[in-house]
Amino acid sequence: MINKPASEKMRIIHDTKRPMITDYINELFTDFTELHGDRYFSDDHAILGGVGYFNGTPVTVIGHRKGRTIEQNMDANFGMAHPEGYRKALRLAHQAEKFHRPVINFVDTGGAFCGVGAEERGQGEAIARCLYEFIELKTPVVSIVTGEGGSGGALALAVADRVLMLENALYSVISPRGCASILWKDPKREAEAADTLHITAQDLYSFGMIEGIIQEGTSSAQLIRNVARTLRDQLAELDAEPDIDTMLQKRYEKFRRVGVFRTINQESNEGV
Amino acid sequence: MGLIDLFQKTRETSMEMKPQEDEAAKVVTCKGCGAELKAYAYGKNLYVCPHCGRYGRLLARTRIRQIADKDSFEELYANLAPADPIHFPGYAEKTAELAEKVGMPDAVKTGVCKIGGVETAIGVMDSHFMMASMGSVVGEKLTRLFEYATEKGLPVVLFTCSGGARMQEGMFSLLQMAKVSAAARRHSDAGLLYITVLTDPTTGGVTASFAMLGDIILAEPRTTIGFAGRRVIEGTIGQTLPDDFQSSEFLLSHGFCDKIVPRNQLRETLEKLLKLHCGSKSKKWQVWRRD
Repeated sequence: MINKPASEKMRIIHDTKRPMITDYINELFTDFTELHGDRYFSDDHAILGGVGYFNGTPVTVIGHRKGRTIEQNMDANFGMAHPEGYRKALRLAHQAEKFHRPVINFVDTGGAFCGVGAEERGQGEAIARCLYEFIELKTPVVSIVTGEGGSGGALALAVADRVLMLENALYSVISPRGCASILWKDPKREAEAADTLHITAQDLYSFGMIEGIIQEGTSSAQLIRNVARTLRDQLAELDAEPDIDTMLQKRYEKFRRVGVFRTINQESNEGV
Repeated sequence: MGLIDLFQKTRETSMEMKPQEDEAAKVVTCKGCGAELKAYAYGKNLYVCPHCGRYGRLLARTRIRQIADKDSFEELYANLAPADPIHFPGYAEKTAELAEKVGMPDAVKTGVCKIGGVETAIGVMDSHFMMASMGSVVGEKLTRLFEYATEKGLPVVLFTCSGGARMQEGMFSLLQMAKVSAAARRHSDAGLLYITVLTDPTTGGVTASFAMLGDIILAEPRTTIGFAGRRVIEGTIGQTLPDDFQSSEFLLSHGFCDKIVPRNQLRETLEKLLKLHCGSKSKKWQVWRRD
């Protein structure tokens, strides 16, 4: 496999012909029923969720929704969720826990929406609550970053036992454009920023932050088949865990060990 | 995220370190109203301007001095310093320079102290260090603090302020949000108290993780608290936002914080809440779970 630079992948993942959550749902899950609403405020179309069967096993599916046409994208707010989207996701995750079915998250967002309503309704709290709940969710969780993994809005659906990325997917702390604006005061240098930030699936795999990379092959059909095979394998592995406590402990440790820092000698004479 | 405007303020706010250099005769200028203040008196007033009421941003050690019982603070994990995990241009130089200037290796100070006699694990973020953005060191120190508190059965009090995740550490910084939140969750599941005190400014990935996860969330008055940067939102909607947008008062009215506490009442408020939670309890109503 030839690893393309992040700047090139940015173009690939924005191709509207690329499979999106509705395609995965049609191809991978049977008897799918979409479930709506967060029960507090509204139904956020930027997050799609529901229940169905994967290879005969009941599962809950949650993910960011984007569209192919401008109308579809407007309706889905280009995959940028409001707080009620994250609260819907969490409601469905808790429901999955109650009925002992695995959760499968598809992550594809430029980021959580930045707007007045989002702030009024607690965008920060909504994302924080996802991190806080998914880490202890007592059922297997598998997240697949299929396109854009945009910062906190992506992380909210990526606290999981297994985080996987498609070969060309990106996952970043800040949009390359935002980074270029801050760093060089020039948003047009986003391609350069993308390469500086180390945001490809291969980067994240080398950092030990994701469990696997899914090859995309040469067609959408092949890509979806590869996703299906990976999902099947990962769910089987999780199913083989001896008990929930072991699985949760591994989930905790996976996130616990992320970080690079130095240890210095501190004469600590700066007391307070 | 709130990074854009926050990074630009770093230089300006770092001036607020000056009054803490213990030179009694020194005069500082209030950033709010321009009044000339005697450094000593300003410090005595907890770095609140007596003329316009503007809250100066505090060094972590100053905050601890204001809150902890005298001589009770013992620092933990002071020896963790930033690395440069993605070789980001200029990052190593910047952190080295700030370590020298601010007198701490990264943006948070952690330890144990007593507040009104109650033993407490405390963490204080310091905006003078890269606007207290969260990289590996901040994440690791806070995670260790929660784990320590869980093991020892202590409450945690965190003073938050942050420009968000530290982009110079790439994905290492984003995942600190999950790491600290996970440790906070375990602390909570042990039945222990976690209080956050939101101070100016608390934004981005810190708002979207542990800042919003306290059992009790307090805030200083007129503090900027939000997820997205104000300018980002203004750019999206093409309008100027009202002054109180993303203030602590805005948070209170929308139901996202418990109480706004003036700086001169913070200590006694924390003491009262800590004592209420950490004193004797009826055995009968202790946490019971149906497994």
